[in-house]
Amino acid sequence: MHIPDGYLSPQTYIPLFGVFIPTLTIAVKKVKSELSSRDIPYLGMAAAFSFIIMMFNLPIPGGTTGHAVGSAVIAILFGPWAAIIAVSVALIIQAFIFGDGGITAIGANCFNMAVFMSFTAYYIFKLVSNGPGKKTRVSFAAFISGYLSLVTAAILTSIELGIQPMIASTADGKALYCPYNLSIAIPAMAIEHLLFFGIVEGIITAIIVSYFLKSEPGMIYAFRKGGKDETG
Amino acid sequence: MLSGKEVKMKLDKLQKKILIILLALCLLAPIGILLPMYFNAGRAWGEWSAQTMKELVGYVPQGLAKYSTVWKAPFTDYSINNQDKSVVHQSGYYIVSGIIGATVTYVVMLIISRLIVRNEK
Repeated sequence: MHIPDGYLSPQTYIPLFGVFIPTLTIAVKKVKSELSSRDIPYLGMAAAFSFIIMMFNLPIPGGTTGHAVGSAVIAILFGPWAAIIAVSVALIIQAFIFGDGGITAIGANCFNMAVFMSFTAYYIFKLVSNGPGKKTRVSFAAFISGYLSLVTAAILTSIELGIQPMIASTADGKALYCPYNLSIAIPAMAIEHLLFFGIVEGIITAIIVSYFLKSEPGMIYAFRKGGKDETG
Repeated sequence: MLSGKEVKMKLDKLQKKILIILLALCLLAPIGILLPMYFNAGRAWGEWSAQTMKELVGYVPQGLAKYSTVWKAPFTDYSINNQDKSVVHQSGYYIVSGIIGATVTYVVMLIISRLIVRNEK
């Protein structure tokens, strides 16, 4: 899901930087007001976890590979705003040091995997879990949250890739950037994430959230924050 | 991973446990290159090189050719030496990349969090 350089036109990657950077600014303010110094080591570990989990490329035999991202579990445990910062740090380091994801696509990749995925995961979890009361329900909510957030983030990525032939082609009909249109990109990315990678994200999210619910229930942001100013 | 003056507070039991798991994940990371190799799976969808793109669609899109070289990462594809064909060596490079990357990410995030979070509760 790491879009490389050259797959997105400037008409796509510049607006995505334009959305990502203000969101990051809001995230900084939110984290400042919501979290305390005891959360700091966990935030470092959360970012490192996201970095390392993305290195576990899993194969579809004879086909492509994919991986979990970790945004869902981080958003549930530390809140979507902290998840945005943690996963963005991991993604930016991956782009600059390891060439995973393009430099011009940093706005897009951070928007898809850090911003969009964290919020989707967080609200799905809030909606489905309905409080910390029932352990099985919480595990299920965590699974669904990880599963659906990765699948929808993959579909969002495929839309950004699939609109490129419409945005920029040469006179003789050759694409300037990603050459695959929506009818190819969406099914290709949706199916592999629906059938496989989403399940992996879901299982990881469920295992870690269940562990925290059992041993450190007071730490879970989604339940800590579940007071009057939040719905769902 | 624990050194550096960024970590002033003592790590508690849970935090130590998480760091050990993170280190274990770094050591297990080569699964991320060995499994795809074993199952003959290529790169992620939409992450092909310009060369592969030429094989797939018959040409390298002009914009892709132009932008794909804007940045030369020091450890492309989490490898210290991409020319090295040895699977064992590549697994080693992958572990080293994982440790470097996770440590840098951890330290950068600690510094950023420290600058942002002022609430001492």
